[in-house]
Amino acid sequence: MATKIYQCIQKIGEELIANKEFLTDLDAAIGDADHGINMARGFTEVLQQISQEEEDISVVLKKTGMVLLSKVGGASGPLYGTAYMKAAGAVAGKKEITLENAKEMMEAVIGGIKMRGKAEKGEKTMLDALEPAFEALKDGIEAGESVEDCLMHMCDAAREGVEYTKTIRATKGRASYLGDRSIGHQDPGATSSLITLEAIRTFYLENLK
Amino acid sequence: MKKMINKPDDVVEEMLEGIVAAHPEYVKRIDGYDVLVRAGGSQGKVALVSGGGSGHEPAHGGYVGKGMLDAAVAGAMFTSPTPDQVYEAIKACNGGKGVLLVIKNYTGDVMNFEMAAEMAEDEGIEVAKVIVNDDVAVENSTWTTGRRGIAGTIFVHKIAGACAESGGELNEVKTVAEKVIANVRTMGMAIAPCTVPAAGKPSFELGEDEVEIGMGIHGEPGTHREKIRTVAETTDTLLEKIFAEDLYHEGDEVAVIINGLGGTPLQELYLANLRVSEVLEEKGIQVAKTWVGNFMTSIDMAGYSVTLLKLDDELKKYLSAPADTPAFVQV
Repeated sequence: MATKIYQCIQKIGEELIANKEFLTDLDAAIGDADHGINMARGFTEVLQQISQEEEDISVVLKKTGMVLLSKVGGASGPLYGTAYMKAAGAVAGKKEITLENAKEMMEAVIGGIKMRGKAEKGEKTMLDALEPAFEALKDGIEAGESVEDCLMHMCDAAREGVEYTKTIRATKGRASYLGDRSIGHQDPGATSSLITLEAIRTFYLENLK
Repeated sequence: MKKMINKPDDVVEEMLEGIVAAHPEYVKRIDGYDVLVRAGGSQGKVALVSGGGSGHEPAHGGYVGKGMLDAAVAGAMFTSPTPDQVYEAIKACNGGKGVLLVIKNYTGDVMNFEMAAEMAEDEGIEVAKVIVNDDVAVENSTWTTGRRGIAGTIFVHKIAGACAESGGELNEVKTVAEKVIANVRTMGMAIAPCTVPAAGKPSFELGEDEVEIGMGIHGEPGTHREKIRTVAETTDTLLEKIFAEDLYHEGDEVAVIINGLGGTPLQELYLANLRVSEVLEEKGIQVAKTWVGNFMTSIDMAGYSVTLLKLDDELKKYLSAPADTPAFVQV
């Protein structure tokens, strides 16, 4: 049974819900002040609808994506919805997730977000956290690092990516209307992506290590 | 916050029910969805589906009816509707001749409508889309997500709707909608911000003697703030930005919308229109028809926008065709 992926998504949901005000405040500065509210609404529904009785990891991930799509709205709904559905596709039929699988999932997630959002790294979006995180994970695997170290470096890179978003101007999404006035603020979407990756790492350290 | 509501979270739901209660001869709701469709259905024609976040009433439910939209999807307040909702709207009004999605250019709207289009295409429904981006306050460059769609969207509904009603094929309806988009420009201003019920506080702050020029219909920042001036002077500023597009010239014929943002007295809109008509006359631009009223609002924001659409014979024909909807009637 896909108990672990269920618990992992539960952890992600709890962390995002705990950061509802923080994410919303970040969004108030450069967007429309609802990112935390929307993510919390989406994951509250996810936690009610997904089941740990499922056989397959990918079914749980796909269901998560579908619920986010139909409950989050705005731009985050399609982006996170697509992310989870792409992650599901990358582990179809799998009973566990290896480091190599995790890399494939992230690659699929990033591809999906780029396609859906028509965005690239450096535009002050989720990708500014996710792409460096993916590169760090890939490098860690190639260097033969332990799972623990790979996840640590992945989260470090995502955190640096979030810091980087403070220095650049938004060219995608609502924040782009601000032009140069968006500089100095960290991107809420990159931040929720970092929170997601950190929740995955925490879940690994607390339950799987 | 002081509003005539019951509960902030129930506003969209109760508003949709209220619209259906008021206009059962025009619209009905798809059970379980925040979608309004024509009461009599949409058979044998290309269907037009639009929508977006709520808070812009009468957009878009008010434009569902003969000669305009076939379905309108209502999102949460200022939040794009989700793909499943848009997908239901597409399915409900698809009459076999295809469906045109009229999308205002916001990142969320575009993504959600595109996902819905993909879902519908997977089911074998032919779907086309146009993206309205008439707000000249936004610099249209690779450095932004593009110009926002605002009051000019009403002209897209009207003209593409008339083309579809007269039997136009999907590619024809899409082409005429794109022609409207290429020829329509809008610029607005606010003297007071709006308040989203669930947020409970104004979306931005303006000083007692301050106005925001070029703000968006969700309170997005505009081009600049300035001290309040007369409506004639302010209207000149809005028109200058529109004329800077180099689209409207002496001898042209235009249609005009003076759009209230929800909290503006009609008398002030007419004052704005007086100046618009004077300027157009000075420039030798003929006005074919003018609409003054609340067409694309921003909840209770006070302010207005000016929309100009350059006409040719085709656009004029469809603009003057009949329409019968809750918020737009033309005999």
